[in-house]
Amino acid sequence: MILRRESSPLGRATSGFLLIAFVCLIFADIAISTGDPWHEFGLLLTGIVTPDFYQTDSLALAIAYTLAFALLGVAFANVIGFGLALIFHYRIVRVGCAFIRAIHELFWALIFLQMFGLSPLTGVLAITIPYAGIIAKVYAEILEEADQRPLSALPVGAGRASTFLFVRLPDAWAHFRTYSMYRLECGLRSSAVLGFIGLPTLGFHLETAFKEGLYSEVSALLILFYLIIATMRVWMKKPLLPVYLIGAAAILPWGVAFSWAHIGRFLTEDIIPYPIRAGGDNMMASLGDWVSMLMVDQIWPGTIATVQLTMIALVATGFLTMAFFPLISPLLLGRVARTGGHVFLVVVRSTPEYILAFVLLNLWGPSMLPAIVALSLHNAAIIGHLIGRFTETLQLRLDAVRGVNRYFYEVVPRIYRPMLALLFYRWEIIMRETAILGILGIATLGFYVDSAFADLRFDRALFLILITAMLNICVDAISRTIRNRLRLQTTLEER
Amino acid sequence: MPLLELRDESAGYDGRSILREVSLTVEAGERIALVGESGAGKSTLLRLLYGKLGDAAALMPQDSALVQALTVFHNVYMGRLHERSVWRNLRNLLLPAAADVQEVREVLAPLRLEEKMFANVGQLSGGQYQRTALARALYHPGRVIVADEPVSSVDEHQAREILATMNEEKETVLLAMHDRSLALEFADRIVGIRDGRIVMDTPSAGMTPDDLDELYLSKSAIAA
Repeated sequence: MILRRESSPLGRATSGFLLIAFVCLIFADIAISTGDPWHEFGLLLTGIVTPDFYQTDSLALAIAYTLAFALLGVAFANVIGFGLALIFHYRIVRVGCAFIRAIHELFWALIFLQMFGLSPLTGVLAITIPYAGIIAKVYAEILEEADQRPLSALPVGAGRASTFLFVRLPDAWAHFRTYSMYRLECGLRSSAVLGFIGLPTLGFHLETAFKEGLYSEVSALLILFYLIIATMRVWMKKPLLPVYLIGAAAILPWGVAFSWAHIGRFLTEDIIPYPIRAGGDNMMASLGDWVSMLMVDQIWPGTIATVQLTMIALVATGFLTMAFFPLISPLLLGRVARTGGHVFLVVVRSTPEYILAFVLLNLWGPSMLPAIVALSLHNAAIIGHLIGRFTETLQLRLDAVRGVNRYFYEVVPRIYRPMLALLFYRWEIIMRETAILGILGIATLGFYVDSAFADLRFDRALFLILITAMLNICVDAISRTIRNRLRLQTTLEER
Repeated sequence: MPLLELRDESAGYDGRSILREVSLTVEAGERIALVGESGAGKSTLLRLLYGKLGDAAALMPQDSALVQALTVFHNVYMGRLHERSVWRNLRNLLLPAAADVQEVREVLAPLRLEEKMFANVGQLSGGQYQRTALARALYHPGRVIVADEPVSSVDEHQAREILATMNEEKETVLLAMHDRSLALEFADRIVGIRDGRIVMDTPSAGMTPDDLDELYLSKSAIAA
């Protein structure tokens, strides 16, 4: 009789990903290149504990703009996304939504920046478009999973519209509301980050203050940002929504002019690959050269770096999650310690990974390390929060062991599956963010996109953005296959 | 000296009292079955007894509470988790040590679970699952076993096997049971509970299931 432990699919998947991440790490540049990183870190910490709310003249305005972009962007995305969810059974809609959400809001912002300049339209559209794609998918799933039983109790001949209004919508409505609150939180983070490419939101002031070493001001900006997110459930009330939306539309500086001729030229000329635009007899040959040149010089190295960073960050997120979820788990910690854990996780997950990476990059110098740490901290705080809350539903035996034994024998085996489900679900999100961090100078695809925009080579920028989108769609497909094969499921609340 | 002694103990949840002024003395070597209607307070009394015994007793809770994602080996090994160093436990989680595998195998073999040693608990049949829960309690070093409805989800043949093994391997047995004939067959002392009070405490010898009827009749039936 052979008594061998049959290797489980979950175990094989885990070791596979560990191996891939390890190989990626061997080839990654993770050196700290600044002369005295801890000195600067000390200054930053001093600044963090001594916030100065009177430094930025326009602090209130920065907050107001951040809120305005987020509110308008998410509101429009909700309306459009809901409409798209209703027709999500058309393949063209599904593919279209997958495409627009595969492009990060900062890339959308860079594109609209060329068309509308610093007009508020740039910020609102940059949030609305990708969010509409995400919301359409999630709302369609919610409608699909809604309780179908009342359908059979409906009188024969009830019309489609009334069926929808009375049977499917009421059940889904609560989910829509919860989800749009979560989206608004994401929208606030996106809106803040849009400041890094010049819009007048929090990120703009954050970048300026940071570059000038005004850490007390950085601290004040971040504290205000956390407060807004932490109190969202208090101020975001349905009757007040129209007031907020009108207010948001009113304060944004719509006066910035843009020329239609300019937009037309951008859409019909600037973004067309140069060889096609130039025409000529050997257009096809020169287009081939153009593509292969981009391929060798930018797409290939950019893609390798993006995938490499994504894989390291994904596995690092897994490890950090295992350390983060106990902080809020009643199975492992007491009430007082858990309160501290909650505060810590809220702060870490409210900080956009872009801002974290920006801060760390300034402290440690350019390498993959700041990106790895930023991505894994942010995502582990999100997954850790969900898993920590999941452990509240677990019932342990009366005689369950305590401490480290409990963690490894009672808790980890029970949370491992849901944790992997969430981790794979966020894989695509991590990759989208990895590409974006290139704007900060890490050589992922975003780096080449940003350089192309800086050189006014919009045809290259667009081509690179398309490649990035394809890469995201591929990873999404792989992740879905793995999740199906391992039977890993996430619940609606966790999307 | 008795193994444990309850004197006028009360217990309940959320301010609602379930047990009222219960007194009970347990001697080492006794096999006691708590019988009564569901909701009468059997589980609460059992939990109270287990609380007094601490790690001198192995527990078999009502829902068995095995960790689905772990193997039979790991679930059984957990019976001695509190006796081993954290490092040894960690090591066994990833790569079971030969010595511990051998120990667990000796517990599993008589329960016909040896072949399932490295199967995940989630893949077991109902009987195998229950026997794994028993194996875990048997591997626990305590000489006392506290079991809440240990055979409620298996057929009678398997139930007899589980109860007989329990009697054989542990010195003192404290059971909560709703099957009257099995209780009389495997316990030597019957403690009857109704409405949170002990209303019967007799040796099981010579009793028939009908003698337990008064525990199960509702109050209104008695009044009538």
